[in-house]
Amino acid sequence: MSVLVSKETRLIVQGITGREGTFHARGCAEYGTKVVGGVTPGKGGTIHEGWPVFDTVHQAVEKTGANVTVIFVPPPFAADAILEANDAGVPLIICITEGIPINDMVKVWNVLKHSSSRLIGPNCPGVISPGKAKVGIMPGRIHKEGSIGIVSRSGTLTYEAVYQLTQRGIGQSTAIGIGGDPIVGTTHVDALQLLNEDPGTEAIILIGEIGGTAEETAAEYVKKHVKKPVVGFIAGQTAPPGRRMGHAGAIISGGQGTAAEKMKALKAAGIHVVETPAAIGETVARVIGK
Amino acid sequence: MGLDREESVSVALEAGRRNAIYIFEAMGLQVCSGEDAFATLMILLWAAFACAGPQGGQKWTGQVQVVRQSTEPISAFKKTMKIHEYQAKDILAKYGVAVPHGEVANTLDEALEVAKRLFSGGAKGVVVKAQIHAGGRGKGGGVKVAKTIDEAQQYAEQILGMQLVTHQTGPLGQKVQRLLIEETAAIDRELYLGIVLDRAAAKLVFMASQAGGMEIEEVAAKDPKAIHKAYIDPGVGFQPYQARELAFALGLKPTQIADAVKFMTGIYRAFIETDATLMEINPFITTKDDKLFALDCKINFDDNAMFRHKDLKELRDVAEEDPLEVEASKFALNYIKLDGNIACMVNGAGLAMATMDIIQYAGGMPANFLDVGGGANQQQIEHAFEILLSDQNVQAVFINIFGGILRVDTLAQGVVAAAIKTKVKVPIVLRLEGTNVEEGRKILKDSGLNFVVGNTMQDAAEKVVAAAKGAA
Repeated sequence: MSVLVSKETRLIVQGITGREGTFHARGCAEYGTKVVGGVTPGKGGTIHEGWPVFDTVHQAVEKTGANVTVIFVPPPFAADAILEANDAGVPLIICITEGIPINDMVKVWNVLKHSSSRLIGPNCPGVISPGKAKVGIMPGRIHKEGSIGIVSRSGTLTYEAVYQLTQRGIGQSTAIGIGGDPIVGTTHVDALQLLNEDPGTEAIILIGEIGGTAEETAAEYVKKHVKKPVVGFIAGQTAPPGRRMGHAGAIISGGQGTAAEKMKALKAAGIHVVETPAAIGETVARVIGK
Repeated sequence: MGLDREESVSVALEAGRRNAIYIFEAMGLQVCSGEDAFATLMILLWAAFACAGPQGGQKWTGQVQVVRQSTEPISAFKKTMKIHEYQAKDILAKYGVAVPHGEVANTLDEALEVAKRLFSGGAKGVVVKAQIHAGGRGKGGGVKVAKTIDEAQQYAEQILGMQLVTHQTGPLGQKVQRLLIEETAAIDRELYLGIVLDRAAAKLVFMASQAGGMEIEEVAAKDPKAIHKAYIDPGVGFQPYQARELAFALGLKPTQIADAVKFMTGIYRAFIETDATLMEINPFITTKDDKLFALDCKINFDDNAMFRHKDLKELRDVAEEDPLEVEASKFALNYIKLDGNIACMVNGAGLAMATMDIIQYAGGMPANFLDVGGGANQQQIEHAFEILLSDQNVQAVFINIFGGILRVDTLAQGVVAAAIKTKVKVPIVLRLEGTNVEEGRKILKDSGLNFVVGNTMQDAAEKVVAAAKGAA
């Protein structure tokens, strides 16, 4: 089993004729994801790399029956692209774009709050259910089908965790990259809930980083609701306060959002906290008894 | 990760020039030149290539240089942009927020002129304030009140050009290159106003507190109830009733309420229209004659929104930033200098942070944070090397790359070429994983250069820590 994306996924790509959109549409399709078309305003009616292109998301959904969209639209236009997908009723919207202005995301979030559509990201690698579907920019071949769920704010750190698992012969149910921005559509808690309720997920890896209090909230959720083993890592133990460490959301401000605080909260919730990223794989192997 | 701004620009550069111009024309736009056109053009490039995709193999670098005609780094937007107090007050004033009479002075003569003007305009005294991008200026001796023109001149002489040391500048301090000379106010009460993003609520929150002049974090820790909050619905914006509630909570007099509403509404408008991420008026003062003023003001802007604020981009003061970080930003490298002696080069922000952590876990200290991004090329790796090695503390380099989309052999070629070109003297430890890792390792081995390859991240971290200790 898996969550969010599966064999039933029918994917459209917003920004399909751009370089990134083209490259990753191909990557997703090669992995086995059903890519059914794309959207580029002004290019409707054309065929790009064998896929039909539409002017609007509404048209694309109507003609292709798409149930997932992935967004590769540049930052100035990405918030608009998310709202368009929401208005067209796409149940799952995955936004890869990095660099969306925060005030745009405040508006988007408060619209999506009242919607049945789910947003993953922005500024994320996407979602993969190994062996079933890949919607995003992660390298598919490092994954292996299995039963470990992953939720993470960081792209490369997720690949790192996946790789360590795969090397040990441990597969993954679904890896969810929730994104490194201060405001994301799906939080650690939302993703944990999905993986917790998924019968195909045996254990969960929670990867967080400095900034905000989402990991603390996730720890509370784990304590109350999650019976499956959870392995946690927090990046940025050595990060200085007040500096933005690459991700827009990775900043310790006003003494809040330090790695130490987050690790403490995770430990208190019974999560197996690893001190270094190199220990993620072996710790998972230990807790699931492999 | 993701569709990065700099990546998008390099996408544009790879496309054929003729096609690019054709696309602009098709969009009804002229290819323009000059500094002002740069930000606009960046947006158009993204738009054009989202619509058109790559065409042809001709490089477009020449055209972009024509378009830029400036030494402004491409990724000037990438860094957190801070501005001076006088610039922040200018912005507030534009939105009808009352600030004390005052002017900026770059020289002693200018300072004297401003002081004379203020005194002849009826000022009872003036404040001479150092303009640097750091807090704690008063305690460091960078803010003085003068009762006469002579005193003002004396203080200006003292402060202008001094190395001002505060708790935020580090031990070397920051050279004061300009002053703000301002009329003094007869302060009755010192209060606090601020707007920040509440990440968990995904809303802006307007904060007000009677504890003016104190750090708001301190107030929050000691007495959270002393901070009054109004959450702002982004659909309708900050409402007058919310301003009134905050004003009454501050204990303002009935005669001050209307002014306070205007004041707070102005702050909110300034925040939204400049795409700020933080705005603090501390202290927000009332005077003995019932007036309201922003006595100090701090604004941080959203780097991601600077594409729609060309005017704000001009307020950047590069002299206030770390020179290595400024240099790195020119090459779309995300670099933050730290105090250790092990330089790191990593792809991805999360992995870069985790690499710093594992160095410390192995007993070393990282010299920097450096994210070269998902699609680093040889040139970027060269520039990264140059920047890493110009930090005199560096005793060893740790390259930690997880090649997903970026192939390891491509990266290895870049590292070898860069190491030869930059004549690296310190030991380099690499940990490479991912696509074509075997070919990558072979390239390093065959180069004849002294690379150490770690088998795992842990192993590499231990090796680099040992290498740095050996070199020290």
